[in-house]
Amino acid sequence: MRALVAGRASGDLVVLGEGLSLWGGYEPSTGRVVDRRHPQYGESLAGKIVYMPHGRGSSSSSSVLAEAMRIGTAPAGLVLGEQDSILVIGSLVGRLLYGIQCPIYVGDLTELGEGVVRLGEP
Amino acid sequence: MGATVDRPHRSRAATSEVRLVHVGGHRSSVREMRQSAGDTAILNGELGEGARLALELVVAAGESMGADELLDINGAHIDGCLYHGVAGLDFARRLADAGGVVVVPTTLNVASIDLLHPNLYRGDADTARRARQLMEAYVEMGCRPTWTCAPYQLADRPALGDQVAWGESNAIVFANSVLGARTNRYGDFLDICCALTGRAPAVDLHTDDGRRATMALDVEVPDSWLDEDLFYVGLGIVLGRVAGTRVATITGLDSRADEDRLKALGAAAASSGAVAMFHVEGITPESATLASAPIERRTRVDTSSIASALRGLTGDTTELGAVSVGTPHASVAELRTLASLMDGMRSVVPFYVNTSRDVVAEVPSAIAVIERFGGTVVTDTCTYITPIIGEVTGAVMTNSGKWAYYAPGNLGVEVALGSLPDCVESAVAGKVVVSGLLS
Repeated sequence: MRALVAGRASGDLVVLGEGLSLWGGYEPSTGRVVDRRHPQYGESLAGKIVYMPHGRGSSSSSSVLAEAMRIGTAPAGLVLGEQDSILVIGSLVGRLLYGIQCPIYVGDLTELGEGVVRLGEP
Repeated sequence: MGATVDRPHRSRAATSEVRLVHVGGHRSSVREMRQSAGDTAILNGELGEGARLALELVVAAGESMGADELLDINGAHIDGCLYHGVAGLDFARRLADAGGVVVVPTTLNVASIDLLHPNLYRGDADTARRARQLMEAYVEMGCRPTWTCAPYQLADRPALGDQVAWGESNAIVFANSVLGARTNRYGDFLDICCALTGRAPAVDLHTDDGRRATMALDVEVPDSWLDEDLFYVGLGIVLGRVAGTRVATITGLDSRADEDRLKALGAAAASSGAVAMFHVEGITPESATLASAPIERRTRVDTSSIASALRGLTGDTTELGAVSVGTPHASVAELRTLASLMDGMRSVVPFYVNTSRDVVAEVPSAIAVIERFGGTVVTDTCTYITPIIGEVTGAVMTNSGKWAYYAPGNLGVEVALGSLPDCVESAVAGKVVVSGLLS
């Protein structure tokens, strides 16, 4: 896997069936998916390792990720099927402002296995 | 942010220097990037701490995108002025307090408060206060208080070939596709960082190769469908689903695909997918030069795919609670059309028209008609991103695919989709009335 934002994280794997626009689709106050059309509608992503096949929708998703990191409801880490600079910048700003990590990698779902996933291990 | 020693085969320009940059105290990625003398000067703090911090983030983002270098931009559009929480305000204040000032002409997207009609805001006072502070921080950094999601409707919009850094998904797709200006999808934070430095990663849609279509949508519908505004909304939803982030070329349209319809198409595509650019054969400015890459996949779009996309955006209630049009912000032409539909009529439900303060200033007579109709003109913001519409019983009707896509999640309302004439007729009748493709 290629690091977009390097760092260590671990958590239960949540595989998103479709891209998720964090803005309009993810509620920082609860950490849940609120896009009613999304296959994972209602699921909590807080503290999870989230696989997302690709980014989607609003360019405000950077803000939503940084805000979720501030509140403590962000995913522990993200694995993306395709690089997405909107999520990368959200993670970098969350780290810059609050010293919180949300590492982001690009990789294949088959590399992740099941259950608890660790990112950034040597 | 890479070490200088591990890529011996790279040739470097004489003026370039590679530095290891730490963002927030951590090495953030694995690529190295060539830097111009100007970049080095900024990173050495010669333009101040705000610009230095901003360029570090631009470099980090560029490395994640696989950029080898940055390029100069001549304009920016900032999405980060819309309030999403304390983090956005903390970041803007960090840059502004560090003396950050934009170095290219920079417009501002919709924000959370309508500064011209502040009483429309129904949210809590704390959020309103912070949202205003966020708007002020961006103005303090030298951005123009345009407060519109449709900066391409302003007089001094970018031209073909201009390199810009735009946020706001619908504006991005319009700039690339319809204007032929060049921007990637800049998220909140990165947009202002580009504006403070005049630099952006030289990758993807900033380059010819990144702008070539790799897939095609072949539209095969009855000719009369091309006269229907909602057809373009449905096509946009289909485009977003099929293309994801890829550049598609669309065949089978003609000059009836005007700017307002392409706006609706792009906004829908950037909602259902991450579309940042499309070509329309024979219509958009780069369709002849850049649409002709090898096409990996062709998808036929017929009446059933359009109808199904539109049905997915609309409920089946006929009960009407309110109407909201103008997402993205209504153009001069759309306001004139609305006024002609509304003249002499009266709405029996709240009817919101979202547009920009610049457009309002251009068509005072249309605004007067809309207000006599009972319409509420909303500027600087939009009804689906901030609490303006009160408690409603029944659906909120809209002509916008983007509004229909996001409002159920954002506002918890049911949506009825209809054309602009449907929206006006429904507001007068007090119930959802649809015609054309949805009837």
